[in-house]
Amino acid sequence: MWSFILRNILQRLVLLIIVSFMAHSIIHLAPGEPSEVDPMNPRMKPEDIAKIRAAFHLDDPLHLQYYYWIRDLATGELKSFKDSQPVLPKIWDRFLNSLPLFVLATLLVWTWAFPTGIYGAVHRGSGYDRFTIFLAYALISIPGFFLSYLVILWVAGWLGVPVIGIKTFGMDQAQPIYRIMDRVWHLVIPSLMSALGGIAILSRYVRSQMLEVLGQDYVRTARAKGLEEDTVVYRHVLGNALLPFVTMFGLLLPGLIGGSVIFEQIFAWPGLGRLGYEAILSRDFPIIMTLNFIAAVLTLAGTFLSDILYAVVDPRIRLQ
Amino acid sequence: MNMTTPSAMPRVPAQETDALPEHETPWQEFLRIYKKDRLALGGFYVLIALLVLALGGKMLTEWWVVFDPETVRLPDKFLPPLAVPSEAVAGTDQPFGGVYLFGTDELGRDVFARMFQGSFVSLSVGFVAIGISLVVGIVLGGLSGYYGQVRLGIMTVDTLIMRFTDAMMCFPTFFLILTAVALLPPSIYTIMFIIGLTSWMGTARFVRAEFLALREQDFVMAAQALGLPEARIIFRHMVPNALAPVFVSATIGVATAILTESALSFLGFGVPPPYATWGNILSDGKGFIFDAPWLFFIPGIAIFVVVLAFNLVGEGLREALNPKLRRR
Repeated sequence: MWSFILRNILQRLVLLIIVSFMAHSIIHLAPGEPSEVDPMNPRMKPEDIAKIRAAFHLDDPLHLQYYYWIRDLATGELKSFKDSQPVLPKIWDRFLNSLPLFVLATLLVWTWAFPTGIYGAVHRGSGYDRFTIFLAYALISIPGFFLSYLVILWVAGWLGVPVIGIKTFGMDQAQPIYRIMDRVWHLVIPSLMSALGGIAILSRYVRSQMLEVLGQDYVRTARAKGLEEDTVVYRHVLGNALLPFVTMFGLLLPGLIGGSVIFEQIFAWPGLGRLGYEAILSRDFPIIMTLNFIAAVLTLAGTFLSDILYAVVDPRIRLQ
Repeated sequence: MNMTTPSAMPRVPAQETDALPEHETPWQEFLRIYKKDRLALGGFYVLIALLVLALGGKMLTEWWVVFDPETVRLPDKFLPPLAVPSEAVAGTDQPFGGVYLFGTDELGRDVFARMFQGSFVSLSVGFVAIGISLVVGIVLGGLSGYYGQVRLGIMTVDTLIMRFTDAMMCFPTFFLILTAVALLPPSIYTIMFIIGLTSWMGTARFVRAEFLALREQDFVMAAQALGLPEARIIFRHMVPNALAPVFVSATIGVATAILTESALSFLGFGVPPPYATWGNILSDGKGFIFDAPWLFFIPGIAIFVVVLAFNLVGEGLREALNPKLRRR
């Protein structure tokens, strides 16, 4: 067990080094450069550009640049090209903004997807089942920003739910209760929108897992010995069907960065995804690379966690 | 009794045919199961219609001036669907049938013609991107499954390829696509390549797993024993057997690629002009959602229907090709 964990961590560290290398080279091999963001500006003289390039180490060979990046990242000295602010605190601030969105969306996904999928599997072929399957396909197929715009147009306008940004401007002097409620209301629609796709996908997984287990021989045995249908479904099937989903807790982590670009952009939410988007627009290499790197760390940590969790909850799995 | 008539040909005794189950080739079995799924069948018809539309759109917009999607008619901007062109529009600039079927946009371009041309571009983005991802995925997966044990220096081919695949899977896909598309010069080919080169990992893993299983099968052993060249064993005997799951993920992949393209358009990194795609018509239309809602709803609903059709067909294929589900 311990040797498995140790070996696993080692493998992941090697992978992380490869990933950091790739994150660095993808960005530096592509033609766009930070010094070229504003080529039409007449006040940018060639010597200014040379100065900028020297300050950002852009003239050094790639492996040296890589070394500088890793060194600065490790010491926390890494600074954004755009405003010379340290990168890590900047990312941390945005992370704190993204967190409520992520947590609420995840909660919505998990509390909706499971009942929907389980009910659909137990009542296979019923009107409800067919309706939810079709609805799930529809939610996967609709462009996220198209649906969000429709919701903003109709729901937000009709119910008066605020949708832009993280809080209403000028609320700082209000009573705490109003401030908190304002924040909560701002959270509702963005998290619902980013949860919908997840609900659709996960509920279909849950349904097919349930069907898989419902078709097993031991379920027939349980029915044959005269157990009530509820006992069969909830005591014998549910646990086994839901086991694989324990591992999904780990796989959720990377969604923090990658999954949110579009929705944070639509709802002007100052989170990680938007930070990345702004960094891409301004060729802010340290931020882009560090975000990719952190996403990779989260992915590796997530898969590691899910391997371990799986072994903990499923006694049939032996780690070796 | 005339012995030469066909009716007198020797017949299989009746009781034997009754005992045998009706013979069905795998293809017939596949069709039978697929046809039972009404949603998937509907999706299939939509896709056929779309293919005809896209090819027709490509030809008509190229060759026939009434379908020219780039004709600008400033007096006629923001006309609603089914509007008739004003008299200010010259005779050669008239839209097809003398009516703007889907209205006009902010430059007075015919939305119907633009959607028509866009159907070809959107579909080709999806197909080319998935084609690239299939080629990369099948080659890398096949190499790693078939030549996995060959050692290159310190590690085996399998280790090398699969660690690279794992590393690629660590990146947040959409963010990676966005980064690459933003840094590379904007072009439709860049977008196709980037989407293709960031979505092959699933295919590679599928193909590798299938190859590992197939290598042990008797027919591959037999082919090796016959001394067939390796290329023939791989491409003639193994690849066709490994393709079923790949087809399913490719169908769904086209849908994802079309959605990705529209999401990139929304962020301003989509296919650049002069190409009209459904994604960039939609994202241009969002600015006029109150004044000209048809500019937003027509492409949005079109993308929705087509992506839905691809997803339904993909799921139908999965059901029909999966022997495990079939037994139930």
